[in-house]
Amino acid sequence: MARRDRMSGNEAVSYAICQINPDVMPAFPITPSTEIPQMVSNYIANGQMDTEFIPVESEHSSMSAAIGAEAAGCRSLTATSSAGLALMWEELLLAASNRMPLALALVNRTLSGPININCDHSDGMGARDTGWIQIYAENNQEAYDNFIQAYPIAEDARVHLPIMICQDGFITSHAVENIELLETEDVKNFVGEYEPEEFLLNPGKPIAVGPYSVVSYAMEAKKNQEDALEASKEVILEVAKKFEAMSGRSYGLFEEYRMEDAEYAMVIIGSAAGTAKEAVDLLREQGKKVGLLKIRVFRPFPEKEIANALSGCKAVAIMDRCESYNGNCGPLGMEIPAGLYRNKVFLESVNYIYGLSGRDFTVEDAKGVFLEIEDMVVNGTEVKQHRYIGLRK
Amino acid sequence: MARTLEIRWHGRGGQGAKTAALLLADVAFKTGRYVQGFPEYGPERMGAPITAYNRISDNPIRVHSNIYTPELVVVVDETLLHSVNVTSGLSENGAVIVNTKETADEIRPMLRGYKGKIFTVDAREISVKALGKYFPNSPMLAAAVAVSKVMDKEEFLSEMRASYQHKFAKKPEVIEGNMKALEMTFDALEK
Amino acid sequence: MRTDVNKINENTPHQDLTEGLMIFAGGTSKDFLTGEWRTKTPIVHEDLCRQCLICAQVCPDSCIPVKNSKRLNVDYNHCKGCGICAHSCPFEAIEMKEGR
Repeated sequence: MARRDRMSGNEAVSYAICQINPDVMPAFPITPSTEIPQMVSNYIANGQMDTEFIPVESEHSSMSAAIGAEAAGCRSLTATSSAGLALMWEELLLAASNRMPLALALVNRTLSGPININCDHSDGMGARDTGWIQIYAENNQEAYDNFIQAYPIAEDARVHLPIMICQDGFITSHAVENIELLETEDVKNFVGEYEPEEFLLNPGKPIAVGPYSVVSYAMEAKKNQEDALEASKEVILEVAKKFEAMSGRSYGLFEEYRMEDAEYAMVIIGSAAGTAKEAVDLLREQGKKVGLLKIRVFRPFPEKEIANALSGCKAVAIMDRCESYNGNCGPLGMEIPAGLYRNKVFLESVNYIYGLSGRDFTVEDAKGVFLEIEDMVVNGTEVKQHRYIGLRK
Repeated sequence: MARTLEIRWHGRGGQGAKTAALLLADVAFKTGRYVQGFPEYGPERMGAPITAYNRISDNPIRVHSNIYTPELVVVVDETLLHSVNVTSGLSENGAVIVNTKETADEIRPMLRGYKGKIFTVDAREISVKALGKYFPNSPMLAAAVAVSKVMDKEEFLSEMRASYQHKFAKKPEVIEGNMKALEMTFDALEK
Repeated sequence: MRTDVNKINENTPHQDLTEGLMIFAGGTSKDFLTGEWRTKTPIVHEDLCRQCLICAQVCPDSCIPVKNSKRLNVDYNHCKGCGICAHSCPFEAIEMKEGR
């Protein structure tokens, strides 16, 4: 039985953590994710869960402790944002190379500077090549649902990789919205007990974790990580199917909104997708064939599936809430055209940068983008690549 | 209510404008609506101007941008009228509520040519009388409900009582004062 | 599945390596004969040794076994010839000889 409630995104993820009741949570506070360890601590103090909470002195330590706890045989997690994720950098790669299926609740915030606390994807995107699975959410509901699916994905024997469950700082983390919660018993049954086959604190069955690997082994180990990440795609879809059977809410690698006959598409990640859906509806009322593709799973990157979904379009607007400082495009602006080209899907594409450091992205902004790429195709108007939306001139 | 009611709150850090917006989302949720309540943070310091927003609708809310054309604006601190264009984008068919001891006619010259409805609430007087202290957010919340008519008075008061009983479980002595502040605000606006 | 380190070598295909290169077994360094790395070899002069056991404690590879409070012979299968034992011996009872 689902329960209707209203919660902020941080409350929703904290509640999911409470329902799952993992074994160990080391954490260090940083805006806008601070509420997550704070709320989890409250649940623990109130006796609603018995997770071992470790207050640490930095994010370098929180990720190290999470890896250590996971290696010891515990289901572990932490939460962070922005500079906190940056301080975890070295450990992020180790969590992945050591094949630790731990979870990280990432509340996306820009990486300084200029110093700023608001949302963009520069933290998560910066960590895109660390070997983690990355799943992004549009709203509090998705952040909650994604977190419940995190461990069944990460702990699957075909995967054994760490997983980052991302949501937009403040925009969803601090916004109270309606949500449907699952019963705790259902969540517990869905996630199951963590029973690793091999772990450090296992008397009589010693193991060695994270050994030095010489040249003749390290590249093979990385290939195995890559294979596991690829295999996770199938697992993510299987877990989503089971989740749908329980909750009635369906998830895929990405969501297609009014894409059936769309000629002009927008590819976007996170909370701005909701705003853009509103623009799609308004333009559809005017007879414009527009649609939206919202990426849920960014790692592994579903390039073939996206290319297939866009194959019927005349043009696509690729929206990046992150700069790559390469003089060319943002991260999605790189990966989507590469995927299209490799799959021999040829259509016009324009890369846009929006919403950096909390800059608002409105329905009007989204409408403007659709109209611009339509004008480009219909009238041959030249459109500037890598344009900043909402920039003062 | 087929459309979405959009409300913008202007306050200063520490005055409870964000809390009021979240409480409004809370009580509107209990009437079965879809709600959104969210703050926009500036420098995150006590006294700095902050903005908070509400969307209330009968349909699921997907838009995640700030609100530029609200139907209702609530100004929790009248000193903001000097520095912030609080009625920016406000519909002439909408309304602005200002926490002040002045009358609507006295406030109008400060609203930069705004021609729509103005309501004033002396939240300080109400709060001090009802609670013995100055907490403007309860009166301003009641004013937002009274003016927007997002729900009727009795329904609002009963939801708020339940909400305060939960929120102030450890200091029940403040519940009656807060309830009184809400009722006094309704009475003041009905005059 | 427990790991048999003797079945993993530089010709093992990537699919057959362990996950995260973890070793699911204990004491496997015994199977790794580091003695062949040695370019200098410690020779113990039994007549000078007073059985103080300092050498056994400082050996980084635990190559100087102790039994019933007595030092036994150096484990040349694993001794890398670092010379720390010779350097620490207060009685100059250990001498480093060129070669293995």
